[in-house]
Amino acid sequence: MPEWEPVIGLEIHTHLKTRTKMFCRCEAGFGAEPNTRTCPVCLAHPGALPVPNERAIEWTIKLGLALSCRIADRAVFHRKNYFYPDNPKGYQISQYDEPLCIDGKMSVPGADGDTEIGIIRAHLEEDAAKTIHVGGATGRIVGAAHSNVDFNRSGTPLVEIVTQPDIRSADEAKRFLQLLRQTIVELGISDAEMEKGTLRADANVSVRKQGETGFRTRTELKNMNSFNHIARGIDAEIRRQIQVWESGGEVVQQTLDYEVKSDTVTARRRKEEADDYRYFPEPDLVPIEPPRDLVERLESELPELPGVRIQSLKELVGFESALDLVSTGNERKARLLVEHGLDWTTAANVAMNQLAAIDPLPANGPALVELIKQRERITREALTDSFASSATTIIDVKDVLAQTVVGDASELEPLVDRILAASAAQVESYRGGKQGVLGYFVGQVMKETQGKADPKIVNELLRKKLDS
Amino acid sequence: MAITRDDVLHVAKLAELGLTEEEIQRLQQQLNAILDAVGKVSELALDDVPPTSHPLSVVNVFGADEPRPSLPLEDVFANAPAREDDLFRVPPSA
Repeated sequence: MPEWEPVIGLEIHTHLKTRTKMFCRCEAGFGAEPNTRTCPVCLAHPGALPVPNERAIEWTIKLGLALSCRIADRAVFHRKNYFYPDNPKGYQISQYDEPLCIDGKMSVPGADGDTEIGIIRAHLEEDAAKTIHVGGATGRIVGAAHSNVDFNRSGTPLVEIVTQPDIRSADEAKRFLQLLRQTIVELGISDAEMEKGTLRADANVSVRKQGETGFRTRTELKNMNSFNHIARGIDAEIRRQIQVWESGGEVVQQTLDYEVKSDTVTARRRKEEADDYRYFPEPDLVPIEPPRDLVERLESELPELPGVRIQSLKELVGFESALDLVSTGNERKARLLVEHGLDWTTAANVAMNQLAAIDPLPANGPALVELIKQRERITREALTDSFASSATTIIDVKDVLAQTVVGDASELEPLVDRILAASAAQVESYRGGKQGVLGYFVGQVMKETQGKADPKIVNELLRKKLDS
Repeated sequence: MAITRDDVLHVAKLAELGLTEEEIQRLQQQLNAILDAVGKVSELALDDVPPTSHPLSVVNVFGADEPRPSLPLEDVFANAPAREDDLFRVPPSA
C-alpha cells in the first residue's frame, strides 16, 4: 500500500485586545450589554467614515515581525462584499492583495528536529456582529424563525494569519498553533483563547502519495474550538480522504465541520453561488505606508520568542517538557525555581504540576525552593498551603518548616495504642473483615497530630497492631 | 466588456435582490452606461500609471486607541425596523 502524506495549511484569526474597535472608537472588550458599544460607523449608518486604529496597525506589524514577515512598504484595505445580517455595510473591511505582513516563517520544534512553516501573510480586518438564531428545533441556523443581532463585536480588530501548506501531520499543526498562540500572548496583543473565541483556526487538508510533488484537492475544516479538537479533526479528515482515494473515489473541494462526539467530519450545506466577494480597494481609507522608524522600533522591542526558548530548554528538560513549559506559560515558574538553586527536572515538574494553576510572587522564589528541597520533612498540607499562598503572601520558611511530619514510629506508637484501646467496636469490625475501617483509625491519628503524622508510617503501625 | 443579463442576475442574487423583468433591463442599461463612461479613461495612455484607489495623495491616517462614548440605545434603535429586547431582529438567514 502506498504511503500517504498529509498536506496541511492553517488559517488563524486572532482578536487584538485593543481598547477600541478597528475603525471607530467604541470600546472593544467582551461582556457588555447588547448593542451598548455601537455607533454610526459599526452600525453602518450612511455617511459614517472609518478611521483605522493606530495601535491595531502597530500590533499587526509587531506580530508580522515576530513571524519573520516582510512588512509591506504600502498596504491597502479592501472591501470584501457579502450579504448577511452580521455585516450591515454589505462588506467587511479586510486586506486583499496588499496586506501589511508578507512572506514569513515560524520554526516548529519537534522531537526529531525543527520544521519551518512558511507564513504567506498576516493581515488586519474587522470582525462581524454576533447573530443569535431564535426558534427552530435546534437553535441553529436551519429552521430558525428569526435572528437577533448584537453589534458589540461588529468592527473589532482581527488579525488573519495564513500559513503555507507546509504542515505534514495533525500533531505538527497542533504544535504550530500552541507556539503561535504563545507568541501572540507574549507579544501582549491578544489573549488568544480558543474557548472564548479570541483565537480561531481553520485547516486546509489534502493528502498525496509519498513522493508526489503537486497537491491534490483540499477541503477546509472549520468549527474546531480547542487544539486537541483541531488535531483530532485533521486526523479524521486525513483518514476520510485516504479512504476516498483508496476506494477509487475522488476528494471534492468542500467545507467541513468536525463533530467531536462522533469523531467524524460532515459537509456544510453547499452554497449555490461559489464565493464571490468582489474585492475592491476601500475608498474611505487611505493607504498605509509603515514608517521605517516605527518598524525598526517594533523590531527592537521583540522579546525572545517561544520557539527559540524551546530550543535551549530542550537540552535541559527534554523536548516534551520544554514544549509543555513554554506553551502553557509555566516556564517562568520553572525559571524562578532554577534561579534560586533548584535543578531543572524538579523545577519543571513542580511548575507543571503543583504550581500549574498558581502564579507565585517572584519574591517567594528562595522560600519555594527551600521547601521543595525539604518536602519530605514537612506535612503535605503545609506544602500545599505554601504553594497556594505563594501567589499573594510572602512565605515564612521557618514557620512552614516547623510543621514537620511526625515519622518516628516510637513517637506515634503510644498514640495509636490509645486510639485502638478507645475504639473497641471499630477494632472488632476491622478484624471481622471490614478493611475500610482502617481509614477511620488513620483519620483519628491525623486529627490528634493535627495532620502532622506521616500517613505511611501510621498505616504501617495500624496494620501491624490490628493484624497481629 | 458589456454587462450581460446574467451579470445583472448574478449581482442581484449576491445582494439578495428580487428584480422585475423591467428592472433587470433598466439596470442592465444603466450599468452599461456607467461602464462606458468609466471606460473613457482607457482611451488615455496610462500604461505607466499605477491603478489609483484613492484621489488623495495622503497616507497613514490613524486614530488613537482611546475610547469615546457609544450611542445611547434609543439612538441605536432609532432606525431599526424591528427590535427584540436590545437586539436587532432580522428575518431568518441561511
